[in-house]
Amino acid sequence: MPVSVRLLVPLALAPLVAGCVEVQSMFSPAGPHAEQVAYLGWLMIIGGFAIFALVLILAALAIVLPARSRRWMGGRGFIVSLGVVFPVVVLAALLVWGLGMVRALDTGESPALRVEVVGVQWWWEVRYLGPDGDVRLTTANEIVVPTGRTVEYVLRTEDVIHSFWVPVLAGKLDMIPGRINTIRFAANRPGVYRGQCAEYCGGQHALMALDVVALEAADFEAWWRLNAGPALPPRTPQQIAGAEVFRQWGCGGCHAVRGTEANGEIGPDLTHVGSRLRIAAGTFPNTIGTLAGWVASAQHLKPGNGMPSFDRMTGPELRAVAAYLEGLK
Amino acid sequence: MRRVPTPRSVCRAAMILAAIAIAAGPPAAAQEPVQIPQQPEPRVRGNAALGRAIVVEQACGVCHEIPGIAGADGIVGPPLRRFALRPLIAGKIPNTPDMLIAWLDDPPALDPETAMPDVGLDRTTARDVAAFLATLR
Repeated sequence: MPVSVRLLVPLALAPLVAGCVEVQSMFSPAGPHAEQVAYLGWLMIIGGFAIFALVLILAALAIVLPARSRRWMGGRGFIVSLGVVFPVVVLAALLVWGLGMVRALDTGESPALRVEVVGVQWWWEVRYLGPDGDVRLTTANEIVVPTGRTVEYVLRTEDVIHSFWVPVLAGKLDMIPGRINTIRFAANRPGVYRGQCAEYCGGQHALMALDVVALEAADFEAWWRLNAGPALPPRTPQQIAGAEVFRQWGCGGCHAVRGTEANGEIGPDLTHVGSRLRIAAGTFPNTIGTLAGWVASAQHLKPGNGMPSFDRMTGPELRAVAAYLEGLK
Repeated sequence: MRRVPTPRSVCRAAMILAAIAIAAGPPAAAQEPVQIPQQPEPRVRGNAALGRAIVVEQACGVCHEIPGIAGADGIVGPPLRRFALRPLIAGKIPNTPDMLIAWLDDPPALDPETAMPDVGLDRTTARDVAAFLATLR
């Protein structure tokens, strides 16, 4: 279906014009967790500058005042009170407040939804868990959540240390091999919130991003109904040809497409890849063009990643498989 | 010593040759070259700045190397350096504004063997992208 890109371009450019403010900035919190982090952050920035100014003023006074007037700065009382007592009190207060805040954010109301996120070099496996811990839905690189409800993210990894960070919604929490970390946060309003891996994890760490998409409750239910189910069958002749290319080239050995014989678990689940906003862990927008480019030259675009470049397909084969993937909505 | 007078026949021949030389004009090398009328440059009527924004937003750089666009160093399609000067699109189709817009609108319709999909640009958007490509000299 042709898209009038002309209308979308101003909308797409608006976030760029606004800077990183709306999409991925800790200074634009969109959830209670991030609001607390931003508050503490601003407090420390402003407080830090205030103390810095105070120190500069004292240093200036020490330089310009005549010896008699600055005698009060040389005494032990001055040094002990401003140099020991003041920092100890302020830093201890900040420590207690910070620890209390982190604890309060991870307890309280039980979560409405539990999502397991597994950091893999260099993408994110996402599994929605039922109340018994069974996996209800598997996807990748994009986490769709309802607004206004606390979601618990169970963070794991099996290769190296990654870190899960969606600045607009919460602070960072590492994913450490052999350990399970959990973080809980909610999104106040619908929107797309970008995240990044925040712990160096190898050559393509810089291209390991994700999207958290917050939807109103009704929209989330609709999304769940569609995505928990199997893949949409190919509809157009090109998509049907593309499904055959997908089968012939062995894509199902690494990727799963529920409802077909493709059941690989090495790479991202592709059952509903056509409905995701971005591909290659948030590296490119998701269009039929970028899908074709990714399939044909994955190693050039993200060297060292787990997917080889399928650079022996003919032009029509490449277009067909890209159309098939685009159709997996 | 006494000068031998020039024979009358030699004088006459010299004057005739001089007259011919003057009538023929200066040597050919000093003349103005003949002006061959050039074909007028076809113009693409579209917004090149908007076209560039579309190229960035649609990530054409995933497949094409595009000068002036950061990160556009794809190897699946041909590089677009000096695209405006090239006589052919995809090695087969004349690179005129109308054909370029038709190509961007639906590449497989013009070349069934191409790997470039129909990315869904409508005619207006294709015209803006064509205007941007016309700036790649």
